[in-house]
Amino acid sequence: MNVFDIVGPVMVGPSSSHTAGAVRIGYLARRMMGEDIRQAVIGLHGSFLATGTGHGTDKALVAGLLGLMPDDLRIPDSFSLAEEAGLEFQFEPANLTGAHPNTVQLNLTGDSGESLEIVGSSLGGGRVSINGIDGLPVSFQGDFPTLVVHNEDKPGQVRDTAAMLSDYHVNIAALQLSRDVRGGYAVMVVECDQEIPVNGREWLKQRDGIWKVTYLSLEEEHG
Amino acid sequence: MVKSLDKMVKLAQVNHLPLWEMILEDDIAERQVTREDSLEKMLGMYQVMKEANRDYNGDLRSASGLVGNDGEKLQQARGRGEMLCGDFMGRVMEIAVKMGESNACMRRVVAAPTAGASGVLPAVFLPMQDRFGLSDEKMLEALYVAGGVGEVIANRAFISGALGGCQSEIGSASAMAAAGAVALRDGDPEEVIHAAAMALKNLIGLVCDPVGGLVEVPCVKRNVIGAVNALAAADMALAGIRSQIPPDEVIDVIRDVGERMPAALRETGEGGLAATPTGQEIQRRI
Repeated sequence: MNVFDIVGPVMVGPSSSHTAGAVRIGYLARRMMGEDIRQAVIGLHGSFLATGTGHGTDKALVAGLLGLMPDDLRIPDSFSLAEEAGLEFQFEPANLTGAHPNTVQLNLTGDSGESLEIVGSSLGGGRVSINGIDGLPVSFQGDFPTLVVHNEDKPGQVRDTAAMLSDYHVNIAALQLSRDVRGGYAVMVVECDQEIPVNGREWLKQRDGIWKVTYLSLEEEHG
Repeated sequence: MVKSLDKMVKLAQVNHLPLWEMILEDDIAERQVTREDSLEKMLGMYQVMKEANRDYNGDLRSASGLVGNDGEKLQQARGRGEMLCGDFMGRVMEIAVKMGESNACMRRVVAAPTAGASGVLPAVFLPMQDRFGLSDEKMLEALYVAGGVGEVIANRAFISGALGGCQSEIGSASAMAAAGAVALRDGDPEEVIHAAAMALKNLIGLVCDPVGGLVEVPCVKRNVIGAVNALAAADMALAGIRSQIPPDEVIDVIRDVGERMPAALRETGEGGLAATPTGQEIQRRI
């Protein structure tokens, strides 16, 4: 925590957890998608489902999926912005066992037909946590430059990723691995102390068994 | 970050730094940024507070229709010279309501410490800047002091209504604003933390009981009591009055009372004003 967690963030009201946090989850999901989103099935859980409409949680999530930030004054108009942008969305109730009360499950389809499932929770004060990617458990808050590598579960994947980061003098702050079954679909979440250059990310995408590389840059976010 | 107001004051004394500057130094170390970066970011927060006040629109209504236009009413009453509390305090109240309404109507605010309590700091700081002809640079000192006090409260207790009731939202904001107000009057660090303690003490036990679970009723008007209470506490501290219970112990009470508070009184919309017949009827309607 720092002083700007207390005086801040700048946000569009009314609720840091139900509005600002919801925008941020949508925004992080859009960044992980890596392209414009065409379709979104938005599953609301717990308090998001119970009091979301009055807090603008629905508009906030759609705004985030369009790439808007929590302080964007266009958030209340996100439904019409989505129509203009060609983003189709629908809401449905979700019952996610054991999830934080303010949780959403996003099933997204991108421009290229690529799909992505994200589960995110709003922790309060505008802070959020991404808890699931494509059905696999992860845990990160988007506070660091974060590399998400979707890969085949086989030896050498972590080595290739770590080697690339080392080549670009990027230090790893935290590393998480999960997979569905042995030899199956794996997700690697690498939180870093420095930004990862685009060349490094492109190199990684060409490796055998790496299916998808997405990246959250803090520089772009603030720019 | 420092987990004690008492330690914060002692650290500032040992390092021969004003309180605000010690909190600034802490941010520089914590986030690995330059002094200029931190000051610029804080100035950005203050600018947004000013813009939010300037851009208030009395025609807006919240999604539920419960909130809007009350800031306009206070502005008019003040214009007619009718405020019992006088023009300065009248302006404080007016800005508190305007900010609370702007937040409910999905306008841009600075959460401080939360969106629901975002009216308290601007309501105290903007009128003080005008009244005493203070520069924006001076106002940043108050914002750092307020932020530092808020960090200690967040570390020792809570700053969300869901965890600790309204005492930890409006109460924390009020303590932060009281501390900042004393800093703006060049009070010493001891006066700063005792102002925070007295502001907090007055709001111990305040429950979070929003009608329909929305940040509207009674949240908007509670920003008024947070701001007015902050100035009263600041005046007491500057007059030489001290909290007989040390500031850190007062914060610990917020934690203790928050933990004992039933869930129905912590932002669930199931108790207090939310559970009244009218509150329930409104909930069914929206």
